[in-house]
Amino acid sequence: MIGFYTLFYKELLRFWKVSFQTLLAPILSSMLYLLIFSHVLETRIQVYQGVAYTTFLIPGLVMMTALQNAFANSSSSLIQSKISGNLVFILLSPLSYLEIFLAYVCASVVRAIIVGLGVYGATLMLFDTPMAHPLWALLFVFTGSLLLGSLGIIAGIWSDKFDQLAAFQNFIILPLTFLSGVFYSIHSLPAIWQHLSHLNPFFYIVDGLRYGFLGVSDISPYLSLSVVVLFSGAVSWLTLWMLKAGYKIRH
Amino acid sequence: MAAAIEIQKLSKRYGDLLALDNIQLTIDTGEFFALLGPNGAGKTTLISILAGLTIASSGQAKIMGHDVVADYGQSRRKLGVVPQELVYDPFFTVRELLVIQSGYYGIRKNDAWIDEILYRLDLTRKADTNMRALSGGMKRRVLVAQALVHKPPVIILDEPTAGVDVELRQALWQFIKQLNRDGHTIVLTTHYLEEAEALCNRVAMLKQGKIVVLDSIRNLIKSIQGLTVQMRLSCEKLPAALQSWPTSSSEGFHYFKMENYPQIELLLAMLRQENIQVLEMQLQQPDLEEVFVKIMGAQSLETP
Repeated sequence: MIGFYTLFYKELLRFWKVSFQTLLAPILSSMLYLLIFSHVLETRIQVYQGVAYTTFLIPGLVMMTALQNAFANSSSSLIQSKISGNLVFILLSPLSYLEIFLAYVCASVVRAIIVGLGVYGATLMLFDTPMAHPLWALLFVFTGSLLLGSLGIIAGIWSDKFDQLAAFQNFIILPLTFLSGVFYSIHSLPAIWQHLSHLNPFFYIVDGLRYGFLGVSDISPYLSLSVVVLFSGAVSWLTLWMLKAGYKIRH
Repeated sequence: MAAAIEIQKLSKRYGDLLALDNIQLTIDTGEFFALLGPNGAGKTTLISILAGLTIASSGQAKIMGHDVVADYGQSRRKLGVVPQELVYDPFFTVRELLVIQSGYYGIRKNDAWIDEILYRLDLTRKADTNMRALSGGMKRRVLVAQALVHKPPVIILDEPTAGVDVELRQALWQFIKQLNRDGHTIVLTTHYLEEAEALCNRVAMLKQGKIVVLDSIRNLIKSIQGLTVQMRLSCEKLPAALQSWPTSSSEGFHYFKMENYPQIELLLAMLRQENIQVLEMQLQQPDLEEVFVKIMGAQSLETP
């Protein structure tokens, strides 16, 4: 237990020590997205009856920022440790694979929640952001960042160099987030793209969080939550299996 | 009582390469043991398996009676490893790192022991310095400190003095010797054979994944027959009477090989008879390096 707690604390300290880069920068860039998109699109698009575009956009941006940072935290910590070689200090220790998994994932979740709250808090200063069901919102941020934190561990372990990690991030994570309905409702898409969107697990996370904020969503929050929990469970299981087998880290 | 390290029929295969070939080795508690061998002989692979960084293809290894795979929690608590590579975490200060490392081993409030290690490794003044700002030698000391936070009974040092200046090397060995006197089992690999000779009681020599020699240093040196007398003489060429003696000469010195000490007397008598004066004389005793070169050389002749 002390072992898990220590690694968790170390991971928190790691991003806290560079918080300009890990916390403030993502909050700022989300605010820029919000200001620009709302300025351009506010009067032109109305996704749900009676919901302004900016209000629609905010939960999507909160979730996108949270997810990207959850992924970035575990993946960059692991690849840095691997490349600089200091992962050896964790591998030499009696920490179990479960403790290692939990420590990295929990640190990802904490960073995701901080930046998520940061974006939400910042929007409150400028807009009248609703919060219909805060518990639903928290549940989706939690399960969503759990999924991305796990994916980050997988990417960090799998990548041998920064370039491969960047590929994972830019060719898998980024398209899945941008195409998950952060900026639009999938109901506005042609039928084929609507169907494809339903295969994107990130869609359920974003739609679920939108339910938490607005009280309306494309699909039922229960269905979204089930899908997200299922995906998180499967990816966590895969991550644990990789850690247990020592895939790419114990030769 | 369980041996410090017990290795049974251990092999490691990387594709076609047999990095370790059926290693059988027991190191008792309290030993100061050297693992020697040329680069690529399998020393680091062996250490990595003991540390759990590498998984053996077959066979088993135990640290203080705990299997390194099945009971890794206990075996790793009993083992401290100083890695060969100069690795560090640039986010933290020396003290932060040691506190964190203690935590990994489930130890809270380790300040007294951390202070002592810092003091003994002469790191006290650097305790609150970020790792990035330390010199190579200082980073090496921190590596040693990190391996000791959990007071492991067995300590493995993988070339701890590679690229380290003389002063630190001396200080480091003083510290390690003290740890050995306090009851810790020490295993080290080094390229400096005189270090192994001065410090260790037993050595294993590895070659191409096999242990080719396992003996005490005293026995190994004894196994090298004879000694060499180096002399500068009052004559350039050796007289006929001495031609039969196995000799060589270079840079004005003559080297006389002999099997035992009484032969020195015989040699001196012959020189006196020939009226040759000894201008300079030195006795060369066999050392570990000679044993090492002989064994490694002999083996490489056998294997084409």
